[in-house]
Amino acid sequence: MFAYTLRRLMFAVPTLLAISFVIFALLDLAPNDPTGDLPLTIPPEVRDQIRSSLGLDQPFLIRYLLWLQQFMINEPLNLLERLLGVELGNSSERLRVTSWATRSPVVDLIIQRLPQTLWVIGLSYVLAVLIAVPLGVLSAYRQYSWFDQLGTFLSMVGFSVPTFFTGVLLIVVFSSWLGWFPAIYDTNHRVTDWQSLVYQLRQMAMPVFVLTLYNTSQIARFVRASLLDNLSQDYIRTARAKGVKERSVLLVHALRNSLIPVVTVIALGVPAVFSGAIITEQIFRVNGLGQLLIIAIQGADIPLVQTLTFIFAILIILFNLIADLLYAMLDPRIRYD
Amino acid sequence: MKMRRWITRFVVAGTALGAAAGPAFGERGSDGDLKILYWQAVSIMNPYLSSGTKDMHAASMVIEPLARFDETGNIVPTLVSEIPSLENGGISEDLTTITWRILPDLRWSDGTDFTAEDVVFTWQYCTAPDGGCAQRSQFTDVAAVEAVDPLTVRVTFSVPKPYPFGPFVGMSSPIIQKAQFESCVGARAPECTEANFGPHGTGPFKVRELRANDVVLFDANQYYRDPAKPAFATATLKGGGDATSAARAVLESGEFDYGWNLMIEPEVLATMEQAGRGTLVSSFGSLVERIVINWTNPDPALGSLRSTREGGEHPFLSDPAVRRALSMAIDRDLLVDIGFGEAGQATCNIVPAPEINRSTGNDDWCLTADIEGANALLDEAGWVPGPDGIRAKDGVRLSMLYQTSTNSVRQSMQAIIKDMWSAIGVDAELRDVSSSVFFGGDPGSPDTFQKFFADVEMYANNFDGTDAESYLAEWTCALIPSPETGWRGQNIPRYCNPEYDALVAKLGETAEEQPRAEIVKQLNDMLTADGAHIPLVHRGDLSGHVNTLAGVRMNSWDSQLWNVADWYRTE
Repeated sequence: MFAYTLRRLMFAVPTLLAISFVIFALLDLAPNDPTGDLPLTIPPEVRDQIRSSLGLDQPFLIRYLLWLQQFMINEPLNLLERLLGVELGNSSERLRVTSWATRSPVVDLIIQRLPQTLWVIGLSYVLAVLIAVPLGVLSAYRQYSWFDQLGTFLSMVGFSVPTFFTGVLLIVVFSSWLGWFPAIYDTNHRVTDWQSLVYQLRQMAMPVFVLTLYNTSQIARFVRASLLDNLSQDYIRTARAKGVKERSVLLVHALRNSLIPVVTVIALGVPAVFSGAIITEQIFRVNGLGQLLIIAIQGADIPLVQTLTFIFAILIILFNLIADLLYAMLDPRIRYD
Repeated sequence: MKMRRWITRFVVAGTALGAAAGPAFGERGSDGDLKILYWQAVSIMNPYLSSGTKDMHAASMVIEPLARFDETGNIVPTLVSEIPSLENGGISEDLTTITWRILPDLRWSDGTDFTAEDVVFTWQYCTAPDGGCAQRSQFTDVAAVEAVDPLTVRVTFSVPKPYPFGPFVGMSSPIIQKAQFESCVGARAPECTEANFGPHGTGPFKVRELRANDVVLFDANQYYRDPAKPAFATATLKGGGDATSAARAVLESGEFDYGWNLMIEPEVLATMEQAGRGTLVSSFGSLVERIVINWTNPDPALGSLRSTREGGEHPFLSDPAVRRALSMAIDRDLLVDIGFGEAGQATCNIVPAPEINRSTGNDDWCLTADIEGANALLDEAGWVPGPDGIRAKDGVRLSMLYQTSTNSVRQSMQAIIKDMWSAIGVDAELRDVSSSVFFGGDPGSPDTFQKFFADVEMYANNFDGTDAESYLAEWTCALIPSPETGWRGQNIPRYCNPEYDALVAKLGETAEEQPRAEIVKQLNDMLTADGAHIPLVHRGDLSGHVNTLAGVRMNSWDSQLWNVADWYRTE
């Protein structure tokens, strides 16, 4: 299995290079311009100077290779320096990937945003998994009962009503009318004592709820469908005929087997946690990665978009691999070596 | 002046409370935290590296120009003792130099002295090669900036400048500190993240922290020149989200004290305002939404001569009767009601403000819709309706391509105007282009507003500051975009009138305010009467603040936060 993992990782390198080239080319070909949003009062000569100060007058290939060097070599070195606290080579002269809008290093922006995304989006994902699995199991076990009907109904609502609707609805009800929760996420808030923790939970409540509802619906449906498939199989009947306790039949025999596709779905959903829920973050003004990406796209901040998209690509490839490895752990029939 | 403000504050506070509260007014930092909401987040605090409105507004709380515009468009001193003029000798007789006298004892927020050297340095910083300074045009024709003595700065222009208030006036050219930015000149400018995120300033606040694209935290500047200001000890400028939820946060829930640019459907805003927590404030600058008419032929069959003067005149928009009829058919008040509400006024001017420049020359025929008159005009000119109701003459049908940028208000305006035009037998095909492409100016793209591969197009434009000279010069023959100039040039309609050019030249030689305004009005009237464009709506800015925030003087000529030092809280 180790050899397999290593082989997959090696294979990921050319894949990622190809992805990075495609992203760079796509962004470059897109009819977009960082000076496009500037007021019309700024004359074209000044726009030209701005473009050339951003390095846009260089040929495509040079810009691509420069970015590659900055992202693949310079940034990891900087990160290493930061972690170890030592200086590696001439670090002040090393060019970093710099955002066009903020003129500051892209990686610093991402590091600044990561905790909020992990807190809010990550928490909602964990909650979603914790709720969805028992919900799916109960729904499948008592198929067509009132609980299943209700669960199906709620899942359908959660799955089909878009987050930009539920988000705004929650704000109108709980913030504007009832005044229970703040509508705007206070990104300066520091948790220092009990009270500030309560406030943090209050301000996280609405975005976490919106995302949990959405994710739960999705995962619960998978659990239910997968478990239903297994419950009608011969080995379940055999287990019951042997007199195995119903509890073990359900939770050990059936559930373990039905978790295989669910694990894939959950693992493949993790990169989405990092990319943030763009819409939800925007609605509640959570300063996560999703919001960073959308602002960068709107402002044609190409280095930031490029770097973020590429990091998401790395995460997707990584979690694909993790899903495959988890398969082997859950299902003894699958062997990679 | 200060006494009066003091009294006003006392009275306002007194009436609100019913009884006079303690004497805690007028003390720096006594009003706690000021929470400002911009739905576009601040990226950087250096306006020389960004000309995003939100960035310039945020920076205006920290760094200040020598003088700025008040809400009526008048220039008021900020860091200087008086505004230079011909009378007080601050402007030389030959109009080539302007001398500013800096206030004594000014300090930067780090405690060091503010001197004329800082002003000189600001000019050097922005004009350094490879710096990509976004405000370079503020320093057009500046030959030299010298420090005559530590408190006197002289700006010398290479040509006579009847209006010398470009450099160091208004939010686009504030003074930055030499000591802080000295090593950040030219190509090194973007590398100074620390300085760009937290410039030292002379303004009422200083930056504690900027989290790019998210939030800016400010503290009151202890070295601010007025010891009683600002009333707030700290300020938070939160960014991101959308206009609707920003309006809700200020007007309905009161979570924020001030919300910028709350341009959403007028009826939605009205409902929010009924909550009684906040107030909307509006002001008008020089922004005009207009339809520009293509005087040249955009026919694709012309190939590289498309939309150029060489390609020939437009088949039907070259007829003055058609241009005028298109304008007469439009009910501007309806456009205001639907798209702009309080923040719009019907206009027939391209220079709608300041007051001294506002012309009424074309209002008689243009301001109110006159479908009958427009139809009569077209009948007279020989354009007769065909079987489908569309007018035609000699095989040329009045059918146009009408383009604009993608924006929900513009798309509804397009639909309504198309409807209005169909009433006079003119057909319009609607098209919208993503604004980053439309305004992007990429010479390789066929969809830019400069190339104008359409018959008419709609967008908004304004001019910097309060003087319209360089703006009006955009309609001169020399500035017509063409392939030779890489489609550069701001004369989008391709209007060319020697009489107009001569009058623009005369404006460049006139220095006194009143005669200048007269010429500006003449030029403005000429453009509308000739049909270079159809002015539609004079657009204003609309913001909101909670009722407990006082002192807001909404300003479209400068930063909306221009007088944040005077803001205070009433209970």
